[in-house]
Amino acid sequence: MEGIVLNYTISPDDFTRAGEASSDVKRKLKQLGVSPEAVRKVAIAMYEGEINMVIHANGGEITVEITPERILMILADSGPGIPDVEKAMQAGYSTAPDEVRSLGFGAGMGLPNMKSYTDDLKIETKLGVGTTITMEVRLE
Amino acid sequence: MDKFYHSVRLEEELCKGCINCIKRCPTEAIRVRNGKARINSKFCIDCGECIRVCSHHAKKATYDKLDVMRNWKYTVALPAPALYSQYNNLDDVNIVLNALILMGFDDVFEVSAAAELVSEATREYLTLHEDQYPIISTACPTVVRLIRVRFPNLISHLLPLKPPIEVAATIAARRAMEQTGLPREDIGICFISPCPSKVTYAKAPLGTEKSQVDCVLAIKDVYPQLLSHMKAVGEDMLELSTSGKIGVSWGRSGGEAGGLFTENYLAADGIENVIRVLEDLEDQKFTNLKFVELNACNGGCVGGVLNVENPYVAEVKLKRLRKYMPVARSHMENQEHAEEIVPWTERVSYEPVFNLGENMMESFARLNQVERLCRKFPGLDCGSCGAPTCKALAEDIVRGEASENDCVYYLRENLHRLSEEISILADDLHAGGSGGHETLNILKEYIQRISSEMSLLDNKEDEEDG
Repeated sequence: MEGIVLNYTISPDDFTRAGEASSDVKRKLKQLGVSPEAVRKVAIAMYEGEINMVIHANGGEITVEITPERILMILADSGPGIPDVEKAMQAGYSTAPDEVRSLGFGAGMGLPNMKSYTDDLKIETKLGVGTTITMEVRLE
Repeated sequence: MDKFYHSVRLEEELCKGCINCIKRCPTEAIRVRNGKARINSKFCIDCGECIRVCSHHAKKATYDKLDVMRNWKYTVALPAPALYSQYNNLDDVNIVLNALILMGFDDVFEVSAAAELVSEATREYLTLHEDQYPIISTACPTVVRLIRVRFPNLISHLLPLKPPIEVAATIAARRAMEQTGLPREDIGICFISPCPSKVTYAKAPLGTEKSQVDCVLAIKDVYPQLLSHMKAVGEDMLELSTSGKIGVSWGRSGGEAGGLFTENYLAADGIENVIRVLEDLEDQKFTNLKFVELNACNGGCVGGVLNVENPYVAEVKLKRLRKYMPVARSHMENQEHAEEIVPWTERVSYEPVFNLGENMMESFARLNQVERLCRKFPGLDCGSCGAPTCKALAEDIVRGEASENDCVYYLRENLHRLSEEISILADDLHAGGSGGHETLNILKEYIQRISSEMSLLDNKEDEEDG
């Protein structure tokens, strides 16, 4: 069966638009009849990722591949990279600037939430080059 | 009763086939087909936006006429708190309640009194179900219907308590039977409603098998009648009111949540705002919220389309009225069987009406097709095809309910292409190229195609005129 590939460009520094991509994916997954639980996981994980790209990485590209077996989200940016991935994965660890925190973001739960709401998460990052995060939610 | 029963209907002869309603419908449930608006009953949630926006008054709410009262031996009026907010300088709810008796009802039972019981039951439910936070109000039937078709992940957060209208109807019916000795079928429980959504609830409720409401009258019909009777109410009027601030406040947005004695609540009103909040709730963007109150109409129930007064003026009147009221006058402990009356007796389950196909295979193929079609269409969302957006047209096409030629831009492009090809062929013929006879035949074929596509455009105009 033909899978579905969706591409999104995330614009930098625009919090009002952050979440547009994940909303669109959510709507399409519902139209496909994907289980509500999987829709929820994808929506939460992808929104976290989108926000991260806006806060830290000057935006980027998101590719979502959907097949009946799994949903793959590839979030690629050319931002500063993550210096210490292990630390970034700890709940509550945050490097978000104050103005971002004042908007209610930057609680240090981004990556930990992305991990807990997906079945697989891979981070490839290089300082000064960028970060690519690949997340997978498997469908029964 | 049909689980997709609707009280919002189209008055066909009044419909001009314009695109106002298709653009405003929050669930994209309306299409203009053959020059008339059609409501998809699976998508419609009876919010009443199309009634509000239709300048030709072609969208109507179904409700009962005032003479329906003659159908029963004994009738009880159930006034919604929004009714009180329609009158100027009203200082005492008893004037309205006594006027309802003068109008011909045998008894009255305030929905606001039942609302106080629901508030109390909700407070208790909140303390016992922290795991279910945030708990979403189920008083607005449109919101429950919206969640049922669009937010499956939030169904488990729904407050499983009956709305005040149902609790009021149940208590009123029991009381009437006890007082009169009449069988249930001789008693008419008549709700006086601010909105069509409550009509839908009475006919096809969610959360309970069958509603105890027997008929629904519109506030706008009752309002003028009642006004004259209110003038006749004298000093000797009966004390009929059994509700206070908490109950009456349910008539406006924030009123229900205000009766829960917690700061951790969110109250949103207006269907578009409600949808935005639900989207964000689904993505877990809120933390530390206990309760979410959602009303489909701007301002809450005072904003319903069956009211007379401007919702914001009505809100001011409601505030003035409740100023000297006691906090609450109806309590669970004074109400017999309250514990069994208030909770839901039926679960609400997800209705995946927006699925593109019958199964996942079909849905996948169709979504891919939608994506391809969307790239083809101009993306103007002009509505000329009868669908609210290009994407909605693409979805209709893959569901087999529309065709690409419904898009006037697509059709125009087709015509341009055909006429260009004709001119190339004609040039070819003129230059005396080989197979002159064959080229002539192809030319004829092309001209036929153009005229048949042109006639499609004619049909469209006919439809719009008709």
